[in-house]
Amino acid sequence: MSASPLTAGSIPSRQESGTADDFAIAMKGITKTFGGVKALSNVQLEVRHGEIHALLGGNGAGKSTLLKILRGVQAPDSGTIDIDGVRLSEHSTEASRRAGIAMIFQEMSLIPTLTAAQNIFLNREPRGVAGLIDDRQCRDSARDLFEDFHVSIDPDELVANMSAGQRQLTEIVKAISQRSKVLVLDEPSSALTESEVDLLFDILRKLRADGVAIIYVSHRMEEIMRIADRATILRDGRYVLTAPLSELTLDAIISHIVGQEGRNLAMRQEGTAAAGEVILELRHASGPGKPTDVSLNVRRGEVVGVAGLLGSGRSSLARLVYGVTPLLSGEMLVKGKPVHLHKPSEAIDAGIALIPENRLTEGLIVTHSVASNMCLPVLDRLSRWSLVSGSKAAQLVDKHIEWLRVKTDSRDASMLSLSGGNQQKVVLAKGLATLPDVLVLDEPTAGIDIGSKTEIVTLIRDMAAAGKAVLLISSEPSELIAASDRIVVMADGHLAAEVSIADIVSNDDDPVERLQHAQQRLQLLIQKVNAND
Amino acid sequence: MTEISSSSVPMMTYLLRSWRRGIIYIGFVAIFIVFSITLSDQGFLDPDNLLNIIRQTAMIALMAVTMTFVLAAGEIDLSVGAVAGFASVVTALVIHDYGFLAGMLAGLASGVLIGLINGLLTTRVGIPSFLATLATMGIATGTAMWISQTAAIPILNRAYSFVFGGGNIGSIPVLFIWVLVIGIAGHIGLKKSSFGRRVLATGGNETAAHYSGVDTLKIKLSVLLMSSTMAALAGMLYAGRLQSGRYQFGEGDEMSVIAAAVLGGTSLMGGTGSIIGSIVGALMIGLINNGLILFGLDYSQQLIARGGIIILAVALSQRSPRR
Repeated sequence: MSASPLTAGSIPSRQESGTADDFAIAMKGITKTFGGVKALSNVQLEVRHGEIHALLGGNGAGKSTLLKILRGVQAPDSGTIDIDGVRLSEHSTEASRRAGIAMIFQEMSLIPTLTAAQNIFLNREPRGVAGLIDDRQCRDSARDLFEDFHVSIDPDELVANMSAGQRQLTEIVKAISQRSKVLVLDEPSSALTESEVDLLFDILRKLRADGVAIIYVSHRMEEIMRIADRATILRDGRYVLTAPLSELTLDAIISHIVGQEGRNLAMRQEGTAAAGEVILELRHASGPGKPTDVSLNVRRGEVVGVAGLLGSGRSSLARLVYGVTPLLSGEMLVKGKPVHLHKPSEAIDAGIALIPENRLTEGLIVTHSVASNMCLPVLDRLSRWSLVSGSKAAQLVDKHIEWLRVKTDSRDASMLSLSGGNQQKVVLAKGLATLPDVLVLDEPTAGIDIGSKTEIVTLIRDMAAAGKAVLLISSEPSELIAASDRIVVMADGHLAAEVSIADIVSNDDDPVERLQHAQQRLQLLIQKVNAND
Repeated sequence: MTEISSSSVPMMTYLLRSWRRGIIYIGFVAIFIVFSITLSDQGFLDPDNLLNIIRQTAMIALMAVTMTFVLAAGEIDLSVGAVAGFASVVTALVIHDYGFLAGMLAGLASGVLIGLINGLLTTRVGIPSFLATLATMGIATGTAMWISQTAAIPILNRAYSFVFGGGNIGSIPVLFIWVLVIGIAGHIGLKKSSFGRRVLATGGNETAAHYSGVDTLKIKLSVLLMSSTMAALAGMLYAGRLQSGRYQFGEGDEMSVIAAAVLGGTSLMGGTGSIIGSIVGALMIGLINNGLILFGLDYSQQLIARGGIIILAVALSQRSPRR
């Protein structure tokens, strides 16, 4: 490997020991402190050429900080970074980019009003006559790239018209086209359908064969087990271990991530709560587009899981129940009384709370404080003569911070300073603060760490035990199985199937296999329902 | 090695952040001191001159209070200056025929009417407030010119002139009392009331606010209504102070009002707002205007100098463009 050019003024120095040359990346002894809090303490990460390396850890474990340091966004307080055996002596995004590091973000960096091809070659467009942009060459090169990786995207398609999955793939192709030696993917599959994930994995395997070092960050353990060669696990800003995945079991990984006090998702609390009277009832309910003709009961103390593929109408069902979209035909009853909702405030008054799918766009005002966010749905209750009582507000916020164990510096800290899992807990607190009878959760654990996931699943069971009717929408079979009493499967806007938890969790299996088998049965059911259409 | 001494970095960002929040107050004091020294011979520090600054700035400050609510909700109101002129004409015409009370009510009603139009266009028809208020700005000015036949309408009612802008209680201008009362009410309304919280939430993230049970359309309608009504009051104060109604009153004020709010730390992106900042921002603009006049600059030079100072102040008070 040739030494990568660094910025002027920084002199690359060859590593003296030969071992570091085997690694595409060698980060050693990395320590980073933010205002007295140690985000990283003596952390290491070594990634070989031609390997897919999983970086694992809970929210707040320090993954993002480590990656930011690798990308040059932040400088470490101490520690060394070697790329291809060459010490990185300057910390800037420019230096990292020149060293061959490319990163694909959770938040998309594509420009929606440009085409796929224009985005891929943005700011380095092929030039033609008189230095003008050669659109045809741009398009042809993009088409070649897409074909290389068997991605069926038209280079002339506007990014704005693409599905989330297509955008993600375009973004990946853009990164690859820059001939990066190190590719960092942060939760790349969260927006992808199952077949797109397969496509992504094919691309990654091809890149691995070409010698690219890939760092893969994901909370989805199944994917890690499928694709990664080795894994490095961080916990609370400290390095735990690096090991080949062949030597790690799922249980071992989870216990390393969550540490001693964590609880396994597989340990489902036995016995379903005694279900009481029907709290939420839908009769042949249809909304605009989806859902279509849905009839469903949720009883007091019951958790009803909603499974289905992306686009099956699960979130539309949640929005309908919460009054975001109107009920066009059919009926909706809460505690036996028909309700006609036109906006979320009416749903809240009717005793319904929604934990929306996307916490950043629908759940939170991220530039505001923890306290402002938590108080927003219940301002009237906290106010007298429409002036908000500071002490009542503080009491409410502190109670929820303690109850949900939200990790925050103070109640007045900006939401931006919280990790994803803790942000999600604030969204939950907002819903719970309205003291709902019906709790609708749409993907409540998407993109958060396994520790917070377990806590949230436990909380869902607790809420059911406390007499609420819970509707849980999730794409993760393990979560549905761990939390639900009953699971309905949606396909194309309809309710296509329903199973009780006892039907898919068999007591014959040994405890370790039980969860796996239940997941397989649920997956099978989802597939079958879609095949029937 | 990549040893980097650390602790200085958070300290720097902390200082930088508080500097940006405080720049308007520091800038205000700095400009005041500079003018006090350099313009002492021209009578800058005369009580009369200082009271004059307050009189000249009061209308901008009042409109900046409600503009802060509008900007905090993520909207904008370009029609305030035109509404002020329109309301001054309406008030003067009605006072002439029907007296004090009717004139006052008619003036306020003209603001409520245009505020409702702005609000309904924005929330029901879905026209962005930038365009809706740009349109009503023209309509308000045109109507004012039409009904006044572009002439000044004199106001001979003394009580009106005293209450609305012209009077003094002891040596304190009535205008100062207006600003004080409305400023305090605005500050409490934005920071302490549930309405203010909902305004900030709507501007911070409209979808999330809607999902949290905030009636975001009602909030937007309310702030645009408040802004126009306050603009009408400002127009009535112009009318009282200058004892006439004229369509030119308030001409171009929208720019000073928005500049005052932004100087005071309110973001055009919504979700933040400071009433005290906006009032100090308005006073600062008045201060600069007054100083430039005392320096003997002619109107063209004043415009250039004022533009430059506002750019400088806003640039210093804004967050850096990247992160």
